[in-house]
Amino acid sequence: MTAPLVWIGIPIGLAVLLFILPRERLVSYLGTLFALALAGIAYWIPPGAAQRIGAFSLRIDPSISLFGRQISLDAGDQTLLILVYGMAAFWFFGTLAVGAARRVVSLGLVIIALLVASLAVRPFLYAALFIEIAVLVSVPLLASSPTRRATPSGNPDDIRPGAGKSPQQSGAGLLRFLIYQTLAMPFILLAGFLLSGVEAGPADVAQVVQAGILLLIGFAFLLAVFPLNTWIPMLAEESSPYAVGFILTILTTFGLVLALNFIDRFTWLRDSAQLPAILQTVGMLTAVTAGIWAAFQRHLGRIAAYAIIAETGISLLAMSLPDRQVGLQILFYLFIPRALALGVWMMSISILKRHAGELRFAAVQGLARQYPVAAAGVVFANLALAGTPLLAAFPVRQALWENLAAQSIPLALWFGLASLGLWIVALRSLAVLTLFLEKAQPAPRSPEGPAPRSPEGWASRETWPQRILIGIGLFGLFLSGLFPQWAQPLLANLPSMFEYLGK
Amino acid sequence: MPVALLPAVVALLIFTSVGLLVSREWRWSIALLAGQYFAAFWLVYLHWPLAMAAAKLITGWMAAAALGMTQINVNSSHPKTTEYRSGETSWPQGRVFRLFSAGLVLMAVFTTSRALTGWLPGVSLPDVTGSLILISLGLLHLGMTANPLRVTLGLLTVLLGFETLYAAIENSILVAGLLSAITLGLALAGSYLVALNAPEESA
Repeated sequence: MTAPLVWIGIPIGLAVLLFILPRERLVSYLGTLFALALAGIAYWIPPGAAQRIGAFSLRIDPSISLFGRQISLDAGDQTLLILVYGMAAFWFFGTLAVGAARRVVSLGLVIIALLVASLAVRPFLYAALFIEIAVLVSVPLLASSPTRRATPSGNPDDIRPGAGKSPQQSGAGLLRFLIYQTLAMPFILLAGFLLSGVEAGPADVAQVVQAGILLLIGFAFLLAVFPLNTWIPMLAEESSPYAVGFILTILTTFGLVLALNFIDRFTWLRDSAQLPAILQTVGMLTAVTAGIWAAFQRHLGRIAAYAIIAETGISLLAMSLPDRQVGLQILFYLFIPRALALGVWMMSISILKRHAGELRFAAVQGLARQYPVAAAGVVFANLALAGTPLLAAFPVRQALWENLAAQSIPLALWFGLASLGLWIVALRSLAVLTLFLEKAQPAPRSPEGPAPRSPEGWASRETWPQRILIGIGLFGLFLSGLFPQWAQPLLANLPSMFEYLGK
Repeated sequence: MPVALLPAVVALLIFTSVGLLVSREWRWSIALLAGQYFAAFWLVYLHWPLAMAAAKLITGWMAAAALGMTQINVNSSHPKTTEYRSGETSWPQGRVFRLFSAGLVLMAVFTTSRALTGWLPGVSLPDVTGSLILISLGLLHLGMTANPLRVTLGLLTVLLGFETLYAAIENSILVAGLLSAITLGLALAGSYLVALNAPEESA
């Protein structure tokens, strides 16, 4: 048994199996179990290490050869495998509440397997090719994930085919997503080739500049930094919020790992005096613009999209810190709160969208009276990603803020402004969701129309799985905010996947 | 392949990529896309063995076939719709404007291609000129449309330009296979979006 077969080949095979299963709930459960099993195998039997079970000794070989190239997952990748498949299990389990399990789980497994392949391929420059294939696989997921409306029985499996189907299923946002992510690949491959030349031979300043520019453009497209991120809010508006949240969480995570791989492998890049300044400027611009833009949005999906963009900016800021070890720790510690908060957020707005038909403020006004748990999910997840005390991202964000303040006070102020924007929009969302205005009833967008609302009295119209899943997520947000050290055993080893940065 | 034929290959690339930009009839566009892959095949063949270069050609033709089949299906389901023009709401749409833009881009390509030849080792002037023509006209195409079929054609053109250039510096079978998978995947994703954007049948 080889590691690429276990964490790349088997998930793709399972995805095909899950796609043909008839019941959505079964797909949700099995997908979650498979993802948890893969995370568990990574935990107990790391690639390359032997594990004794009774009379048997199990060993997963780290690499295979494919067309003359190595596909290799070694012990250094163990933590990332656990993290990624653990995150996948969380998102797959969430499909119990929001539906669309067949697409999210089966295509999601294929996408994750391809992204793991991007991590495993040697030389690592070819990772961009696997990421591009993952982007192409995500098109059907984003184009047709139906946001399903409430059913009389409350069971998501009872939904009519096509109900809640958006009229803009393959709109401009999805096309831009496809264009921007596809354009990233050629730039990264060419930059990688040029950087290999710089690494092998004597330093050629002109070639270094060329490679640097190509690399910058490639990662600007891939990570959707300012101003190449207009597609994210558009996509969040026209596609299923849950699918968008899943894809962006996973793609951003692997995009950042690829960027770190570049920095790790090329001495010139690692030792460059300009790199931290570039990362800082781009990261701050991305975070601040996203925070400010978010404060003026009137659509719950777009707000979440801007929060995702801000998270990318914050990750780049962490990478720019002068103390690389601290920067890496902050970057990796952000992964779990981000996945948790975005999962809860997207799950909650998917529930609201199913009932209101759309996510504009005018349509969701007063919905907290019928869907208090989902409304709480929206507000608390937003607050968590704004760095609110006691919530998940706070300890890590505070550490980042402190480090930025130690560098320069204006930097810390700009960072505060980015967080303030997300804070303000969380309060606006809270106000909109809780206030009830009789005349603000939205026009029905489907034959079923919006859920009936009552101006007085509160009731919870969520189904039990929805309440339980959002409740668990909210509990997790508080728990990881109060006890951030609990993630330490898992994440402490993550930097060791990099040969030089991890030391 | 005789070196004397290389200018003819570049000329064919100009014809096909400019044709893709100005064409409004999907059948012509698919045919031009296939012609584009045929021209690029000769440039790739300068650096790769025949079998690998032919694989790229076949992949491109398969991509064109997938898009064509989807378009035939969409048109047979909705014979009265002129799908190809839907989504072309941005100004300006005229052929003269597109030809003028293409002319400007081509001037820029011919001006800069010689200077860019030294960037990558082992890359000749026809390689650089051919790939820059494809990349720049593909980008121009992408900037002028919001139609899924046209976006797919633009992306395939840009990608083919990159592949032509990359073939000169990288001859790994794995990379060739992955790039072929991306070409096919792009065509299938484009076909999916074309089918999804087709107007729904009335009852």
